Amino acid sequence: MNLSNTKKLLEVNRLRVNFRTPDGFVTAVNDLNFTLAQGETLGIVGESGSGKSQTAFALMGLLAGNGVIEGEARFNEQNILTLNEKAMNRIRSKEIAMIFQDPMTSLNPYMKVGKQLMEVLILHKGMSKAEAFEASVKMLDAVKMPEARKRMNMYPHEFSGGMRQRVMIAMALLCQPKLLIADEPTTALDVTVQAQILTLLNELKDDFNTSIIMITHDLGVVAGLCDKVLVMYAGQTMEYGTAEDVFYRPTHPYTQGLLKAIPRLDADDEQLSTIPGNPPNLLQMPSGCPFQARCEFARERCGESIPPLEEYAPDQLRACHKSVDGWVA
Amino acid sequence: MLTFISKRILEAIPTLLILITVSFFLMHSAPGSPFSSERSLPPEVLANINAKYHLDEPVINQYFYYLGGLLQGDLGPSFRYKDFTINELIGQSFPVSAEIGIWSFLVALLIGVGCGVVAALRQNSWLDYSVMGFANLGIVLPNFVLAPLCILFFSIYNHWLPPGGWNGGAWPYLVMPVIAMSTSYIAQIARITRGSMIETMHSNFIRTARAKGLPKYRIIFQHALRPAMLPVISYLGPAFVGIVTGSVIVDVYFGTGGIGQHFINGALNRDYSMVMGVTILVGTLTILFNAIVDILYAVIDPKIRY
Repeated sequence: MNLSNTKKLLEVNRLRVNFRTPDGFVTAVNDLNFTLAQGETLGIVGESGSGKSQTAFALMGLLAGNGVIEGEARFNEQNILTLNEKAMNRIRSKEIAMIFQDPMTSLNPYMKVGKQLMEVLILHKGMSKAEAFEASVKMLDAVKMPEARKRMNMYPHEFSGGMRQRVMIAMALLCQPKLLIADEPTTALDVTVQAQILTLLNELKDDFNTSIIMITHDLGVVAGLCDKVLVMYAGQTMEYGTAEDVFYRPTHPYTQGLLKAIPRLDADDEQLSTIPGNPPNLLQMPSGCPFQARCEFARERCGESIPPLEEYAPDQLRACHKSVDGWVA
Repeated sequence: MLTFISKRILEAIPTLLILITVSFFLMHSAPGSPFSSERSLPPEVLANINAKYHLDEPVINQYFYYLGGLLQGDLGPSFRYKDFTINELIGQSFPVSAEIGIWSFLVALLIGVGCGVVAALRQNSWLDYSVMGFANLGIVLPNFVLAPLCILFFSIYNHWLPPGGWNGGAWPYLVMPVIAMSTSYIAQIARITRGSMIETMHSNFIRTARAKGLPKYRIIFQHALRPAMLPVISYLGPAFVGIVTGSVIVDVYFGTGGIGQHFINGALNRDYSMVMGVTILVGTLTILFNAIVDILYAVIDPKIRY
């Protein structure tokens, strides 16, 4: 897997998301860079509040009213961050679709599931109602919804959480978008259903040749699904590389900490390993590395300057003052 | 749904009976009577009158006389207006109030919901602030102030509209009563609509609708308006009863002859049967419109099934 793949679908350059709040300017996403090729899957990993969801909302143009975007995101050579609402509406769902974190509230409870699916096709594909109905049934079948035809006439509250997420996935894939942004698609689901949804996404990714940005705090999800991983902390990139490198050869103290915190069945540890402390307050960011306060390797230098994101090996980037082999001098 | 409706009708009967019973005995337990005015009647005359209206009998007997009449749809004779029955008096005045009420209701609903939606979609803009400013003005401005202001402006300064009267409900006679009645309801409905519309527009399923690339007007009319209307509808039931029956001020200022005058006069004159008549009317309407609200809820929200 090559990070600087030639046929790029999405190229994000210096993406910055700021929010005007009564207490001041908050930078939720800070100079994010990544690229995605057709068919590739990128995992964006981080704790709550690390800016991963805001990255997704920025790409979809769904930021809250007080959000301000800087930088560019070139999707098929077109910067989608500067598009007006009308032009963006032609891309949403048709070219870039999104699945949300909470399937229980993401479907309209007052509208039949079938209608919610069909309206996408009628809008973007100009289908008639009958065509849209058949295509929607087919898509529900594709996400392994039992009795798809019957379910078209049901309301969301008649579905379980996992089933609703299947509906959301079907809805997102109706127009066969080139890019699917999945914002913690399994967080609200119980573990067995999580596994089913992930397997489904993995199959659909191949069937439709869709690129996926998988936003998650679950490293297990990333391992099973992603080609590349971007680790975020306090809005900044900590480590960015192929899934294999980041998983088996993590070099950033934060990534190492995250991986250590995964409970293992084969280890008989008494206590779960954690990263002590909390992420910094985005309103009062410390000078230097945002992770310094929780980093066991932190030295004076870490408080003085923000470590730049550097390529220390081909296709492996990290932002840390400590070199891969440890502190030098 | 049919079972629900018939159940609600059956439930209404004991509710009304309790209302009638409590009102009847409360009213009779107050000292004095319809004929105990300051100009005292000769005792023989008073005895005759009391006998005619059964006032010389125990209250419990009077109660059953009244219920007996009610079962035949007879609300009894008026104690005040000689030669008139309550059926006749309400039959004359209620259609007037209903006409003013229905128009006021429609005006309040359309303008109120419209203003609320516009204010919500332009939240914290000058448009929002001015719409909500007027709404607050409408709430704090009582209709007994608004009514004379209307007469002053439309009739005395400008001679556009007749200052009062009814004339069978011709529209020039309707305009001012409708303005006076609907203003505070426009304001309330606008406030409720704005609040619930803002809340709905922030919900996750609206975010999903936006992510689908739906144009704004489709998001508003197909996805947001229905759920945003739920709190409005629960307000509309009692509001409709209030609009139809609460025309006291309008009747006094514009001389429209609606039911509102009977609320005041019935109480002041100790017109027992009139007080009972309007109590039953308001009670019935309240029960009816609460049932309609419940049915509308089920129509809008698929999670509610009876």
